[in-house]
Amino acid sequence: MALFDFLQHLLGLQKPSATTARERLQLVLAHDRSDLNPELLERMRREILEVVQKYVEIDIESGDVSLATDDRVTALVANLPIRRARPLPNHSLETRASANPSDPEVLASGDTPEATPSPSAKAMEVEEVAIAIDPAPSP
Amino acid sequence: MTATPARVILICSGKGGVGKTTLTANLGIALARLGETTVVLDADFGLRNLDLLLGLENRIVYNAQDVLEETCRLEQALVKHKQEPNLSLLPAGNARMLDWLTSDDMKKIVGMLAERANFVLIDCPAGIETGFRNAAAAAKEAIVITTPEMAAVRDADRVIGLLNTQGVAPVQMVLNRVRPKMVANQEMLGVSDVTDILALPLLGLVLEDEQVITSTNRGEPLTLNGSGSPAGRAYMNVARRLRGEEVPLIDPSRERRGLRARLMGKIRRTTGLF
Repeated sequence: MALFDFLQHLLGLQKPSATTARERLQLVLAHDRSDLNPELLERMRREILEVVQKYVEIDIESGDVSLATDDRVTALVANLPIRRARPLPNHSLETRASANPSDPEVLASGDTPEATPSPSAKAMEVEEVAIAIDPAPSP
Repeated sequence: MTATPARVILICSGKGGVGKTTLTANLGIALARLGETTVVLDADFGLRNLDLLLGLENRIVYNAQDVLEETCRLEQALVKHKQEPNLSLLPAGNARMLDWLTSDDMKKIVGMLAERANFVLIDCPAGIETGFRNAAAAAKEAIVITTPEMAAVRDADRVIGLLNTQGVAPVQMVLNRVRPKMVANQEMLGVSDVTDILALPLLGLVLEDEQVITSTNRGEPLTLNGSGSPAGRAYMNVARRLRGEEVPLIDPSRERRGLRARLMGKIRRTTGLF
């Protein structure tokens, strides 16, 4: 088994176990320090995604909300690839137009703005949001 | 008795079996040899062992419980080390003490010890329950000892968090049982990995050393006779650094070369090949 490990290591198929240990520890400590249980984190992740989805179309599959830790400070890190900006809901435009019928700009523009986003908005963007969490004081 | 207030240091780890009691015993002897009046307090009432590591198990008459219940004076309960009279041990009471001992009791005992020593070392029980909290309440500063293993580092982190909330400071770290060869092969967490993760200053680095076991068998801590064993030197250096001396840390990779060179020398001598 040790020889097999060594060969895998040699061929670059397996990370050194110290690297794996460090990564696993950093992840588990981020959870330990924030005192967030996985269930709560999952609920928060879903709600964050819901809110963000109101404004932009995001790639749910590759979206990720997790905890990271550095120098005893734990941060909530969201990595949400944006597909495109969501078009503003139509009804809000209508209400704005009817509330201000004499507005020359609205009248001059004629028809309502296109609902399809501009080509530039289609490019994938990666939005990083980091919220620091103070180490939770234990009761 | 002493002009400067005593340093009351908690020695803790969270996880059991990482070397708390061994460090307490060796550090106690080392500080005593450096001329410091030192008392070691066994706060591990459930599973006491400090007496055994110091070779004092046959000389215990009274213990911390008797002092608290005032069935004896503190002087009667303290067991003085034969070879290092600067060092005394206050033995733990029996396990039933866990049921009634409060943090105030702990503070009272430690306060009495602090009046008569330069250093009071508290050997903390494993875990983060009442025993740990009581001991932490009585301490001013702490040494967290850990090994480069996942479980030990994780538990150390929990302990550090609790020490921070209890206002114990400074908290320093001793990294124990490092195997230089495994670290070099990236099969064991290295020194910087652990210090980065725990974000603590490193007070000492102790390499894996079989002589720790033989010294425990004899009840003679390695620092007692300056045996020159790697672990003994490391413990001695911890004591020096605690007193404010600048002592450089050993370099594990250089120790490794030393070992290999020694081994090659042995092969050379026995085979006569090259």
